[in-house]
This record gives sequence, C-alpha cells and structure tokens, in this order.
Amino acid sequence: MSTTTEPELGAGPEPGSERRPPGRLDRLRRPRRDGRQGVWGWVFVSPMVLVLGLFLAVPVIMALWVSLLDWDGQSNPFSGAADFVGLDNYQGLFAEDGLTRTLFMTSLRNNLYYVVLAVPLQTALALGLALAVNQQRLKGKGAFRTAFYFPSVTSSIAVSTVFLFLFQSSGAVNSLLKWVGVQGPNWFTDARGLVWVALDWIGLVDPSSPPAALADHGVLGLSWWEWLSGPSIAMCTIIMLVVWTTSGTFMLMFLAALQDIPEAQLESARLDGTNRWQTLRHVILPALRPILFLVITLGLIGTWQVFDQVYVMSQGQPANTTLTPAFLSYNMSFKDAQYGTGAAISFVLLAIILVMTGVQRLVLRERDGRRRLRPRRAAR
Amino acid sequence: MTASSTSSTTPQARATRRDPRGRLRLIGTLVMSLVALAFLMPFVIQVVTTFKTDPQAAASPLSLLPNPFTVATYRQLFSGSEGAAFPTWLGNSLFISLTVTVGRVVLDSLAGYALARLRFRGRGLLTVLLISVMAVPGVVLMIPKFLVVQYLGIYDTYTAMIVPLLVDAVGIFIMKQFFESVPREIEEAARIDGAGVLRIYWSVVLPMAKPALLTLTILSFQGSWNEFTHFVVTTQSSEHATLTTGLAQFVSGSLGSGTRYPLKLTAALLATIPVAIIFFVFQRHFVRGGNAGALKE
Repeated sequence: MSTTTEPELGAGPEPGSERRPPGRLDRLRRPRRDGRQGVWGWVFVSPMVLVLGLFLAVPVIMALWVSLLDWDGQSNPFSGAADFVGLDNYQGLFAEDGLTRTLFMTSLRNNLYYVVLAVPLQTALALGLALAVNQQRLKGKGAFRTAFYFPSVTSSIAVSTVFLFLFQSSGAVNSLLKWVGVQGPNWFTDARGLVWVALDWIGLVDPSSPPAALADHGVLGLSWWEWLSGPSIAMCTIIMLVVWTTSGTFMLMFLAALQDIPEAQLESARLDGTNRWQTLRHVILPALRPILFLVITLGLIGTWQVFDQVYVMSQGQPANTTLTPAFLSYNMSFKDAQYGTGAAISFVLLAIILVMTGVQRLVLRERDGRRRLRPRRAAR
Repeated sequence: MTASSTSSTTPQARATRRDPRGRLRLIGTLVMSLVALAFLMPFVIQVVTTFKTDPQAAASPLSLLPNPFTVATYRQLFSGSEGAAFPTWLGNSLFISLTVTVGRVVLDSLAGYALARLRFRGRGLLTVLLISVMAVPGVVLMIPKFLVVQYLGIYDTYTAMIVPLLVDAVGIFIMKQFFESVPREIEEAARIDGAGVLRIYWSVVLPMAKPALLTLTILSFQGSWNEFTHFVVTTQSSEHATLTTGLAQFVSGSLGSGTRYPLKLTAALLATIPVAIIFFVFQRHFVRGGNAGALKE
C-alpha cells in the first residue's frame, strides 16, 4: 500500500525549491552559487536549444509561412518572390472542387480505414500476447517476449521489403493460402475495398456496377460509394505489417502494467474461488484500463503518421488506395513542386494528431485521478 | 497449491490432478511456440531466401531449403556492378549512426542534467518546450526540415543529415528522469568539498549514470540506424544514400515485378543485423527505453 502512495510524494513541488528555509548564511551564499549554476545551466542546454530550435521550432514557423504561399521550391520563399495566397492552399484541400481535394480526401479516407482496422487489431494482439506471456506456468517467458518484441526494433524499410516479397502474387502468403484451398488476391495491385469485396461475396452488390444512388452522389469530391469502400486489399498488407511490428512494443507496456498488479490482489481473488476468466474480467482487465487507453491513444497518434511503409510498398498505388496524408504531403512537395499545398497538408495532419494527443492527455489525467483513489479502495 | 490441500488427498488423486495440469502446461507452451514461430516466420523466410537463386525464390517462395545453395547475392552486394552502391550505403549508415550516437549521448545527458538539477533562469520554460516538442509528430516535420536545410544552404550534405539528429527530445527526457531519481546528497557532499558544477557533473554524476547512458547509446544507435524520413527530405544524391534510403529507392517502384528478391532481401537483412545483435545483447535496455519513450508525459 505504501508503494502506491510514493509516486505522489515524489511528484511534489519542484526539487529543492522548498526543502530548506533560507537561513542567513544561505541567503548570503545563494546568489553566487545560483549565478554559477545559472551560467552552467545555459551552457549545458545550449546545444539542445540550438539544435531543437533551429531544426524543429524555426522550421515549423517557416513551413507555416510556406503553407500560405504558392511556392514551387525554386526561389527563396522568404524574399517575397513567391505569391502570397493566404488560406488558398487550405481552401484547396477542403472547399474547392478539384484534383487536390479529391486526392486529399482519398488520403483521409484511406488513413481513416487504416486507423479503424490497425488500432483495434494491434491493441488486441498486444493484450493477448501480454496475457499469454504473463502466464505463471509458461516456461521460457523471456524467449517469447524477445520473439514478439523483435519485429518492433527492426528497420521499417527492411521489414517492408520482406513483406513485399511475402505478399507477391505468387509469393509465400498466397502459396500458404493455396494449401488451404484459397485463391489469394494480387495483393499490391488490388484496389478493391474490403467492403466492396464483402458485398460482392454475399452477392448483394456487383462492384463493377455500383448502385447509382451511391456512385452518382457524393461529398467533398468523392462519391458515397468511394467513401464506403473500406481499406483496399493493398492497404490490408500495410495494416498487417504495422500490426505485426507495433504489437510487440504495446505488449511490453501491457506486461509492465500486469506486473504492477499487486500479488495480494490476485491471491485474494484466488482465495475467493474465482476462476481464471472471472479473475481476468474483474481483477486484471480493470487494472489494465489506464494502460489500455494509453495504448489506444498512442496507436491513434502513430497510425496517422504512416509513411515509410507506403513509400516502400506501394507509393500510394494502386488507384491511390494506399495514399495517406503524410505521403500525399511528401508527393505534393517533392514530386509536384507544390510546397504550399504540401505544407498545408502537414498542418492539417498536425491538427488531427494534436486532437489525438489531447485525447491522450485527458486519458492520462483520468488515470492519475484513479491512482489517487486507489489507496482508499485498498484500505476498505 | 497449499500444504493442507495436498496432504488431505491420496497420492493417486494427486497424480491425476497434477497430470492434466502438466499436460495443459505442455500444450500451452506448444501453442505459444507455434505463435512465436509464426511471428518470426517472415525473418526465417527472409534469411533462407537470401541463399536462393532468383528463379528458385520465385518458384518456391515457401521452401526452407535453398537448392542450390548460393551466396551470390552477398558477393554481388559487396563487389558486383550494382553492388557498388551498397558499400556506400553501409559506410554512410555506420558513419552517421556512430556520430549521432556520440552526439546524443554527450548532448542529451548535458541537457538532461541541467534540466533536472541546475537552477537557472528559464529552466521551467525550457522543460515545457521540450515536452511540447516531443508531441510534434516526426512526419509533420518533413517539409519544415527540408525548408530550413534548403534555406541554410546545406541540402544534400552530411551536415544536414547529422546535425539535426545530434540532439533528441526523448533522449533528453530519459536522462532528465534518470538524474531526478539520483539522490541529491552525493552532489551536495561534493559541492561542500568545493567542487564546481562541471567537476561534479564529470566525476560524480556521470559515473553514476552509466546504466542510463548505455540505454541512451543503444536507443540512439537504433534510432539513427533505422532513420528514414529525415534522410529522405535532406538528401538526394546517391553518394549520401544510407541503408534505409538506398534500400527504399532500390525496392520501391518495382511493384509486382517479382525480380531479384534474393538481392533485395539480402540488403534488407544486412540492414537489420546490427540492430538485431544489439537487441539480443542489450534487450532490457530496449524495454526500458521503449517504456520511457512511450510514457512521455
């Protein structure tokens, strides 16, 4: 019980600020000592201030300015040679009918489906693996943990290369599927959405002639039929890759939380005669709730940034169904020389991710609130 | 199993009770082993395929026995015609990762110590800024980084590749957390003995920080070795290609062609091996760093 209250004691006022009342001797000595520390403090942090300021803070402000320009990357964007267009670039993304908006909305749709599938899958897999590895009776826990965590530490470019090989049309995955009698798709060239495939499979809709009500009407540059496509088959390979590489990291976070559950709590549940499912539902899962929320929000933040895998595996193809905002922003800038639009997409993406981070902060605050409650509950 | 429950049952009952449990345990371990094997299967297939010929890799991608067994791809990478690029990638990756690692270990711990311990004007503000910097997603910084590098006239140089990576916010945060956990008394004692800030840092604090510095070293090496987006937007010429950008260039845009996968997979494998070795040797440091990086509040 005492261990649960310790963090709060530690998280008190700023270290050293209130420790000792200023005695006369102290008051005499402190200005000099603080002065020395003051100089050294700035010497110590100056590389950080320089590098993070020059390559993080300043660039963001520069990009904010460029997102208001019509700039092709040739001239100096800060000399006034490029046209100042105000919010036109942002308007082009949301309000003006045209190729840019269609592409941007397509990328948002793709990433949304990607998030909706990848986040629950990676969370569930990570939780499942953590529970399995945490089994008391399991032998060789360390080896299993290593195996599941290893994909997380490798280069995204290298594992994307491996997945390209595995998911070729006559590759390893399709050979496996053939063994069980399934004709695998042509993964990287299949632009059909999962929802379309499912509707086709149950015989409801023929994707080659979608219902006119959906195909002929739409919003924001895409027809309803396109909005409702689901992730394309090609996108599913990227989802599988990312679920595989991220679940190990999240498993570790779950494992740390599992090991924090007081042994006494599990023991008392056991003595109460609860079976394993009941223990899982009423003791373990409630204890994991804060970490669960954290993993989900970290997943939401991470999945909006998918870039490397798209770059290596699909370059946004087929039919733009793996295009993501991050990749579109890159392509707009470096391929089409529309840096203003590219920068604007970056900031829309930043806004999306900041909203997710805000959600995370709220969740963390809730977690701290719960922690404060715990000693009282334990005392009962 | 408590002593009272075992003593009250006959040996026979005990045996039957223990047996299913033992069998369950065996089944559980077996199932988990299969899951782990499936998890690592992509790497197994990758390694095996690097020893295959092109036709064999295309014809039987699943077979785990290269027949004929060949190391042609490895030879090709280091000496063949298109292999001429690979040693450049490898050299660049090594040079940049080592430089960045040294830079981060020195500069991150300096900043982390100052933020944790030294009293100076603006420390609170800097800490807040540091934490907000960590919230900025890397992908959003691609175009901004390109802009500033272009503006400074260092586009497509080693300076642009290395300097922006020399300090990283998460590393500073890890070091700051560590220094805050060290008891103050030791530094106080040194101070009373008349040691200055620099001396205390160098001969009292840093020696205590060895475990944290090792974690930082490993995470920095892994991070810069696997870095991709930063190099994509700050370089363009092939002489500055790293293992990540070179491989990505080599692999992307050849969709579905299905050719020369043994060569590509060999390059990918060689790009994975250094981090894999470090991972298996220093695993617990990855674990610690992973959790610290994720729980940045």
